[in-house]
Amino acid sequence: MSTAAFVVIAILTLAAAVAAATLQKLMHAALSFAVAFVGVAAFFFLLGAEFVGLVLVFVYIGAVAVLIVFTILLTRRDLGKDRSFNWSGVVVAIAVFGGLVWAIFKTQMLSVAAPQIQPLTVKRIGAVLMTDYVWPLQCVGLLLTAALIGALILVMEEKNSKS
Amino acid sequence: MTPTLQIFLVVSATLFCIGLLAALSRRHAIFILIGIEMMLAAANLNFIAFWRFSPQSQQPIGVMIAIFSIAIAAAEAAVGLAMVIAVYRHFRTTNVDQLDQLKG
Amino acid sequence: MSDFVDQIFVEAKQRLLSPLAHSPNWVVQIASSLVNILALLAAFLTLFALISVLERKILGRMQNRYGPNRVGPFGLFQPVADGIKMLIKEDVVPARADKIVHFLAPILIAATAILALGVIPYGRNMTPFTIDGGILFFFAVGSTTELAVFMAGWGSNNKFSMLGAMRAIAQMFSYEIPLIITVLPVVMIVGSLTPDAIVAAQSGYWLGMMPHWFVTTPWGAVGFILFFISGLVESNRTPFDVPEGESEIVAGHMTEYSGFKYATFFMAEYIGMFAISGLGITLFLGGWQTPLRALEFIPSYVWFFTKLSILLFVYIWIRGTLPRTRIDQIMNFAWKFMLPMAFTCILAAAVWQYAGRGLAAWLWSLGVIAAVYIGLSILLDTRRKFAPRTYRFAE
Repeated sequence: MSTAAFVVIAILTLAAAVAAATLQKLMHAALSFAVAFVGVAAFFFLLGAEFVGLVLVFVYIGAVAVLIVFTILLTRRDLGKDRSFNWSGVVVAIAVFGGLVWAIFKTQMLSVAAPQIQPLTVKRIGAVLMTDYVWPLQCVGLLLTAALIGALILVMEEKNSKS
Repeated sequence: MTPTLQIFLVVSATLFCIGLLAALSRRHAIFILIGIEMMLAAANLNFIAFWRFSPQSQQPIGVMIAIFSIAIAAAEAAVGLAMVIAVYRHFRTTNVDQLDQLKG
Repeated sequence: MSDFVDQIFVEAKQRLLSPLAHSPNWVVQIASSLVNILALLAAFLTLFALISVLERKILGRMQNRYGPNRVGPFGLFQPVADGIKMLIKEDVVPARADKIVHFLAPILIAATAILALGVIPYGRNMTPFTIDGGILFFFAVGSTTELAVFMAGWGSNNKFSMLGAMRAIAQMFSYEIPLIITVLPVVMIVGSLTPDAIVAAQSGYWLGMMPHWFVTTPWGAVGFILFFISGLVESNRTPFDVPEGESEIVAGHMTEYSGFKYATFFMAEYIGMFAISGLGITLFLGGWQTPLRALEFIPSYVWFFTKLSILLFVYIWIRGTLPRTRIDQIMNFAWKFMLPMAFTCILAAAVWQYAGRGLAAWLWSLGVIAAVYIGLSILLDTRRKFAPRTYRFAE
């Protein structure tokens, strides 16, 4: 696992994430959100889970990012800028970050190097999904169907509404 | 120096805190959703990092959890955005500070 | 001898990289990838230039006129003239457009289209990048195109562009679902997402004559037709070119782009066409395999590009023949017809596999597909009776 690739991907992801969290213009923030997810997918590739990385690109950038930009379009009345920023959120975020980093460096067993593993093939994921994890698979399918129907009902206009 | 598990965990903690920052300090409902999605992605990164560095990574448990988590996050994003649109239609605003009808 | 010609590009690449044999591993990997990328770009940009002029000539012939025939022999140097024209045009950006987004949109569209070309096997041992989940990579990259189309429409600060972009995205993600579900039976039967494995599973001949390509099975034939139609829609080609229909919405999301950026959009559309045709050939038409055992001396990449040319000719033929459909007709077609037929293909593939892959299995899966098709035709019949035709002539 090369360090140069890790550093580049980390910088890309974190810069895009900070941009998504702090930019004033909504559209730019939504697009940097997509770039941040490209970075996270690259991390997954680096860690050897290529299938999850591809699913991430497919689901988040191909679907969730498009949903977000459509929603921004459908719900704007102003010039598209979000001017208010609550600084106490920064304090809380830094506190949480401090706590997490302290916990990470305090734990002894976490400073291991990566062991050599066989690459994880899609065939293996498919086999495991259908044998050990078939119940979660069906439940997630049911959940997605429920979410689909719920989202449709939420945005359906009533027949006799005056707007 | 190859990246150790701690470095990956620090990066995912940073991503989590940036998502937390977005969710806590923005007033637009969609930004809060973006923050939540980033927190979920950071958690997924954690799972995959732990799976990769564990001594017996023959069982792809971390990978499975990440796959299901992505699916659930997508469902949650869809429903959340539908709610934002529904709220906008009724209240004509996306500023979560102004959704205080139930305030005592 | 035929083996040598078949592997000539692989051998050439090995010779080219042999001076680097003693370098560290990452240098060799990067050099090998660069050679692959350059070869791919050279091949497909030449093909793009050729197709852009051949399309105009073929369309012209279908409309009983010559196409462009002034520049070069039979007009074949027209792309050079077009390229010079595009490059020297003034680059007009609207004053209130979002500069960064407006600039990045054509780059992103072209980048995703070219990325998708990287996982298709063009010949024996000639896949540029072997990824374990190659088909998923193709679709993941293809779905990023929607975001880029949206960026183009929004970055132009123009209502027509925005409307065109929203229609384009609605059309594209409606047809992505039948596209992916049609691929599922192939992946199911082969058991792998790697394009090389899918091509290898289609080798061999039936009675020495019929190849084992998936298009010779009923679910494969129907799947290929559905895949082809979805590919037409994904590349925004007539009859589904509502996003860029000139008479309706100026140029849709590409309205505010001029000069080289418009050429980039144009190139991205064509390369998307090549990528989807390449994938269709890999999945259903046997990739680089030969249809007859007697013709095996012809190299594998020649077969791939022959099949690609035939598919592109059919694309152009359909463009010259059919009128544009309305956006609601497109949506109805996707959700009410193509989606159930795509699911039927999965069922038919399962029936074919478990009934033993012989003649009886062929007939059973054909029966499943025919039953669903007849059912859908009855259900979706609009029973619209047209009024009798009246003629009015000038007095």
